[in-house]
Order: sequence, then C-alpha cells, then structure tokens
Amino acid sequence: MNTANIQLDDAGHLKHLLTVEGLSRELLTAILDQAEGFTGVTQQAVKKVPLCRGKVIANLFFETSTRTRTTFELAAKRLSADVLNLNIAASSTSKGETLLDTLHNLEAMHVDMFVVRHAASGAAHFIAEQAAPHVSVINAGDGRHAHPTQGLLDMFTIRRHKGGFEHLRVAIVGDILHSRVARSQIAALNTLGAAEIRVIGPRTLIPDAAESLGVRVCHDLREGVRDADVVIMLRLQRERMSGALLPSAHEYYQLYGLTEERLSTARPDAIVMHPGPINRGVEMDSQVADGPRSVILEQVSNGIAVRMAVIAMCIGTQNLRGPGGEGTYDA
Amino acid sequence: MHEGMKISIRNGRLIDPASGIDREADLHCAEGKVVAIGAAPAGFQPDRTLDARGLVVCPGLVDLSARLREPGDEQKATIASETRAAAAAGITTLCCPPDTNPIIDTPAVAQLVHQIAARHGLARVLPAGAITRGLDGSQITEMAALKEAGCPVLSQGDRPIRSAQVLLRALEYASTFSLTLFLQPLDADLSEGGCAHQGAVSTRLGLPGIPEAAETVAVARALALAEQTGARIHFRGLSTARGAELLVEARRRSILASGDCAIHQLFLTEDDLHGFNSNCHLLPPLRTAADRQSLRMAVAEGAIQALCSDHQPHDADAKQAPFPETIPGISALETLLPLALRLVAEGVLDLPTAIARLTTGPAEVLGSGSGSGFGRLKPGRSADVCVFDPAETWVLSPETLVSHGHNTPFLGMEFQGRVRWTLLGGRMVFERSGTTGAAAAPPRHQSN
Amino acid sequence: MSNHAPLNPLPVGQTLWLDADAIDTAIAAMAAELRTLIAERAIAAPLMVGIHTGGVWVAERLHAALGIVDPLGHLDISFYRDDFSRIGLHPQVRPSHLPAAVDGRHVILVDDVLQTGRTIRAALNVLFDYGRPKSVILAALAERGGRQLPIEPNVVGLHARLAPGEQLKLTGPVPLELVRGLAPAAHPPAEPA
Repeated sequence: MNTANIQLDDAGHLKHLLTVEGLSRELLTAILDQAEGFTGVTQQAVKKVPLCRGKVIANLFFETSTRTRTTFELAAKRLSADVLNLNIAASSTSKGETLLDTLHNLEAMHVDMFVVRHAASGAAHFIAEQAAPHVSVINAGDGRHAHPTQGLLDMFTIRRHKGGFEHLRVAIVGDILHSRVARSQIAALNTLGAAEIRVIGPRTLIPDAAESLGVRVCHDLREGVRDADVVIMLRLQRERMSGALLPSAHEYYQLYGLTEERLSTARPDAIVMHPGPINRGVEMDSQVADGPRSVILEQVSNGIAVRMAVIAMCIGTQNLRGPGGEGTYDA
Repeated sequence: MHEGMKISIRNGRLIDPASGIDREADLHCAEGKVVAIGAAPAGFQPDRTLDARGLVVCPGLVDLSARLREPGDEQKATIASETRAAAAAGITTLCCPPDTNPIIDTPAVAQLVHQIAARHGLARVLPAGAITRGLDGSQITEMAALKEAGCPVLSQGDRPIRSAQVLLRALEYASTFSLTLFLQPLDADLSEGGCAHQGAVSTRLGLPGIPEAAETVAVARALALAEQTGARIHFRGLSTARGAELLVEARRRSILASGDCAIHQLFLTEDDLHGFNSNCHLLPPLRTAADRQSLRMAVAEGAIQALCSDHQPHDADAKQAPFPETIPGISALETLLPLALRLVAEGVLDLPTAIARLTTGPAEVLGSGSGSGFGRLKPGRSADVCVFDPAETWVLSPETLVSHGHNTPFLGMEFQGRVRWTLLGGRMVFERSGTTGAAAAPPRHQSN
Repeated sequence: MSNHAPLNPLPVGQTLWLDADAIDTAIAAMAAELRTLIAERAIAAPLMVGIHTGGVWVAERLHAALGIVDPLGHLDISFYRDDFSRIGLHPQVRPSHLPAAVDGRHVILVDDVLQTGRTIRAALNVLFDYGRPKSVILAALAERGGRQLPIEPNVVGLHARLAPGEQLKLTGPVPLELVRGLAPAAHPPAEPA
C-alpha cells in the first residue's frame, strides 16, 4: 500500500487528494494552473460555472471547522455541485464501524465526492480505501498529518507574488509538531523546488525528526526570518499555550511573535502568511497582520479557486475510470 | 487418538536445544510421554508410525503471550479457535495475558480458562494472573491463590502500574511465592496517546509518537526495583536497542531479569506504517531499522531468550478505522515458526538456536512456576512435539489462517517451512493431510 | 500565395488549407461585413469578445480593423463544456476576462472555426453568467458543416466543405493559417501524467 499511488488512477490522473506527498511537481503545477483559471469565476455576475452540475459532494466534517467547510462549500457550489454538509460529532463516531456506516449510507445516496475533516491522522486515507471505486475523497485536514488544499492554496498565493519557487527561502514559524498545514506546506515547497525551508519554534513544538522532512530547524525567530522571501506563521491552539509544551502565550509572543521590527531582517519584499484564524498578540501583532506585507486575506480567496480546481480535476476524470469513459474534445 | 497411544516418529532431524541434540533420530512416545530417542525400547510396538524423513522434529513451541479473547471477547476469538490455531502452528504451550473480561485476577477466572482449554485439549494454556486487581495498577491481587489456581506468572497485560511504590510492593509480594512478573516495558505517561514510534515516519505521517525513552525509562525503573527487591521480572515485548542493552547490563549485574520480543519486531519497522496500514499498528510500536537489527543480534546472542507471537486476534471492526483509532495487535500464532525459520534463512541465527528461542528460552521463563518441564524432548517428559517440513513453501491467506483473527500484515506473503504434525502430551492435536495444506478435522470433545 | 515559409513544419497528416494572405483577405472582408451590420442595426459601441484561443487571434484583427473603443474581451469556455463529464478538465484554462459589464451591451462574439455549435452554446452561457447583453452577433472565420445545434453565424469569412473525419484548425497567432487534417481519435485527458 503506497501513500502516493492511492491518490492517482491507473492513467496517473488525480483521483483523491489526501496529501501533497507523492504528487509530482508537474501535477502540483497543473493544479495551480487550473486554479488560476478558476479565479475568473468570481468576476462573473453569476459566480458559478456548470462543470459539476448533477454531482453530489458531501462535506464530512468529524471536527468542526466553519472556515474550511465554508470555503469547500463555496467552491463546490461555484462548480454547480450539490453540497451536503454533515457535521458529525466526534462522540458519535468513536467507533470505526459508525464512520463506515456513515460512508456507505452516503454512497447509497450516490455521493460523488467526500470532503473529509477528521481529528485522526490517516482518516482520509482510510475513507479513500473504503469508499466505492467511483467516489473521490479530498482531505480537508486529518489530525496532524495533512491539509493538502491549504498547502496548495499557500503555494498558489506564493507563486502569484513570487512568480516561482526555485530561489525562495521560506520560514515557517510556530507549532510544527501538531500542524498538518506545515506538513503539507513543507511537502509542497520541497516538491516545487524551494531553495530553503526553515522551521522555527521552541523544541517542544518542533518534532525531533523534523529535519527528515527536508527543512532546517531554527530556534531563534530573528535568525529564522533573516533574508526570508516568505514568512508563514502557524496557528497556536489555545490549549497548547500553557502546560508542558509552553509556559504561557506571553512568553511565546515574546520569543516567536512576529512584529514589524522582527520582520525587518526578512527581504524587503517578503510576504507574510497565516492559515487563519489569527491569534493577534500571540502569533503576530495586528500591525503585521493588517500591514502591507500580509497576504492573509488573499489566501482566503485563493483557497476557493484552488479547491474548485481540485474538485473539478478529481470529478472530471471520474467517468474516465468507469466503463465507456474515453472521449474526445469536439469543436 | 488417545493418550495411551504409542507413536514413533521415524527418520526426522531431531532438534532438542535443551539437550543439544541435533541429528537424525527416531522419537518414541507412549502414555503421553517421550519414552525413547533413537532406538525404541525393547518390545515397543507403535500404534502409529510417522515418517518424518526430511522433516524437523522438535519440542512443541512455547509462546509467552497469546491472547485467546475468552472470556469476554468471543466475537474476536475463543479459546477453542485460538488453541486450534496454536496446534496448527506447532505451539503446544501458551501463556495468555490476564486482560480478559472478567480479568484474570481471581482464582475462579484462572480456573475457568484452564477448564475451557482442557475441554478442547488442543494446547496447554497457562493464564497469567493479574498483578493488580482489575489491572487498575493500585491494589495487588491474591497472588498466592492465583499461583495455586495455575497461574505460573503474573502480568498487567498492556496496562501500566504508574506508581513505583505499587510496583515495588508487587515485586516484593510476588517474590515471596517465587512468582515472576511480566512487565510491559512502556512508560504510561510517555506513551500516552501515541500510536507510532516517535521518529521520521511518525513525523511525516503526523502520528502521535511514542519515544524510545518510553521503553528505556520503564526498563530502567523496573530493573532498579528488581534489584532492590531481588524479585524476578520478565520484560514482555522489548522493542528498542537501548531497552535490550539495559537488560544485558542488568543481567551482568545478576539482576533476575529476562526479556522477549514479539517476532514481528524482527521483521517490520516504522517504515511499514506508510499508507497508514492499520495491521502495523502495534504496541510497543514498530521501531527503526537500527532497532530491528539490534534486536536480531540480541535474540541471536541470547540476551533476549524468547521469541513470542504476541498474538492479538481482532474482528474486522477493530482495524476498520483511521489508524490512531484502530486497536493495536497482530494475529500472529501462525507466523511464529515461519518467521523464525526466515530468520534462519536470513542467517541471523542457526536452526537449533531459533528453536531454542521458541522452546527452552520461553519455557525457562515460565519454568519456576509451571513445574511440568515442557519445551524439551526427554524421556519421561510430556510428549509435546512439533514436526515441520522446513522445505514446504506456502502463502499466508485468510483461507490458510486457522485463527479467527485475520489481522496480519503478512497476508499474501510466501513462507518456507510448515507444520506437519503437532503432539500434545502424546496426542495428535494437529495433522496436515498430505501436502495440500488442508487441516485435519479438529479433535472433538467427547462429552460424558 | 504565401510570401514566407511556415515557421514550423506541419505535423504529419496535416496540410495547409489557407495561408496567411488568404486569411488576411478573409478577415478584411469580415470587418467590412461587420461594419455594415453594425450600421444597419445602429449599434453605437459594440463590445468584442473572442473565444480562446483561435477566436481571440481573429478578434484581435477585427477589433483593430473596426476601431472598437472598449478593449477586447476573451472567454474561456472550458468550464462550460458539455463534454466535461466524459473527458475531464481541459489542461489549459485561462480565466475569462471581460473589460466592461455586458449588461445592455451589443456583443460581437468571435470564434475561429464553427462546426457543431457546441462551443458557441457554451460561450453564450459564459456570457450570460456575466450579465444580460442587449444582442449578440456571431462572427466566425471559417464555417464548415456538421452543426449539432441550431446556431448560425451572422458573419463568416470562409466556407469549408470537409469530410466528416477531417479537422480544420487555426494556427497562430503569427502567421494565422488554417490547416486541415484527420482529427485525432482521442485527445489525452486533462493533467500531465
């Protein structure tokens, strides 16, 4: 069983998006290119294209996340798909068979795609393995493992500002240990050929084996952001702000909070990113968050285009996998 | 076939690590016991002669940890189903952890397990009694009574004793009755919430990690308490190089400690978790390739004296969930001998040593409390015999599995070496018909 | 006759049908026809929109020839194709861009080759998702048989009569040439392998 191959069909088309890992640079670039095409849809009076008309997409959220669910919902609706939103409390699915029951019930309703958010790493893989062959699965965040659409929308945002990735120095600051976003960003940046990726934080928030991900570890923020082209701040979960991982939000901000002054060692044209929602005064101060180098709101709008691209690519090739699939373009 | 039956096993390669025998020799059994090796006693007329030409004849295997799921989890497996699987795997003696439901913390439950196992008569089942009541880690059990009820050792299964004070007292009390404590070398706090070795793979997959220190901390603590009390301890399931090293050092200082490891730890590593294969969700977790190599060395050198299956049969539901939410464990009885033979094929150890780790090694751990002297072939001892064909190749599949648990990452793998006959106390408890691989009809209990 | 050799040799099985000079002539004729049509309908300020990719090339020439004030718009119809569910997403989609609101405007829609009418159906749908034009005029550089929808152009540069298996394709942007050849049996679908 291979992490990479389960995402692609026999012809190498994207079938599921579970993780950025194992996807080629060409495929990642193709996703970003497609997303570029979808940015135009927002300019239409009717902000909708009929690509996925008649398709049913189920948002299967085992972990509540209004933001991510909303952008997926919007993306699906802009593609004219029908959207089912299912918020399933973790308590009712503490047993595996309930999750499978939910899945098979939805399949019986002819759902074409599952967008899955789950607190356990590997949940999207599990669902992709269990789902019927014609169904696609998009991982909207599984435990600490991956959040590929977030990673891709960040790449999309970076590419729009920097043109490419080859010479980029990217600093990722904060809770790497628990961050699925960071894992997807790191995998994407490595595949797309970024020059250097640094992760910055205290040792309690950086996995011991972090370097095996292809990053340089740094414990000092000033050193970490020096000459960086892109500074990505990660969200620090409130429950981790005090306890054995960190003494207090205050000390974290003192050491790792991004301020204009600390950002001054980065390249003058550096952009600042954050997957949201921001804890102002913890990860960064408002001056940076709302400042000229912040592209945080752009990330949000780009997220819709990237998700439209991923949904359309997965659904667009579904019939090719079924019987009588092959067809041609005609004028 | 009955206990009084006389059986001669002819022309096999007889390997008995306890006596150092490794030569072509006949084995003769009668009245449930071995009566002679080599020439038959004068006037011996076997009721049945087994032709073991080209086969290996060795003591029935001894497994220090196999969960049978009865009482309490019969939807997963039963004593009947799993002892049948044990017999098919050449295992004649197995020790089951106390984490059944009800827990084996009273003589009544221990006796129940004995009775059910005896009724089926397919393997010698030795229940490990609980160290603490309800395995709650706080109040010690009636250890003397448990011993009396047939528990040769005591264990917590995979549940921890967090308090060093309780562990100290348990060791002292158990040593009063010369009872060995099986301890899982895993610190409760450092392993809490973890489901994979803390390292490169868990970092990549975002799986909560269990650091190496979870094992070394637990081993060091237990060794210090064993040294303090002079009690005998056995580490049930070592997984790291450092853990094994600590054990070696302690033994050098004459601390009464031994250790085993589950045989799959000698084959699988953290890398097998890629793709979130829930059949590789184990506790202790699969460690690094370097750990695997060190464990292989420790087993070859005898620092780890026993290999066990750590058999944990599950129903499908237990593995049908996102990886961290699955229940750890492998259905492993039927791969114990095949994997050990693979170690031989890979040159890790020679065949007699491999058999020693499956017979004398574990028997010695159970020895002081069991008394019956299994794990060796010697006139006057119980005729527990495993006869296997070292050349037969076969593929592990749901169809070949006798165990009710099909949760094994080795499905579809080809093995060389397969059990032909298993004798328990002179009775044939398993016979593979021909080379087609079909199992013999299981012996039925005759109700009277 | 062409006064220069083609920049790239044509793929095997394709032959030049009309060279750059012939196409310039055809576009000039189309411009004249459009000018007449606009005058007849008393359209003051038309909005010109080309369909990716060939239609935009033709529209660029017409836009300049007619001296249209608003910049040229372009439409990518990939998201409106009726064959998406059969062949997946087109690999190169560019965002559509309209320089001005289409509400109440007279739109001149330009395509290169009109055959089945499906592209125009999709283009009209795109256009109407941007707003409600007052009228739409369709101009096609070349028209060939094989219509599958009731769509006819207002202005046509060239009429071609081809065998059903044959394909007519505009290459460009410089020089603009029409080549004919056998249509490939099946295009490779969306993404790179």
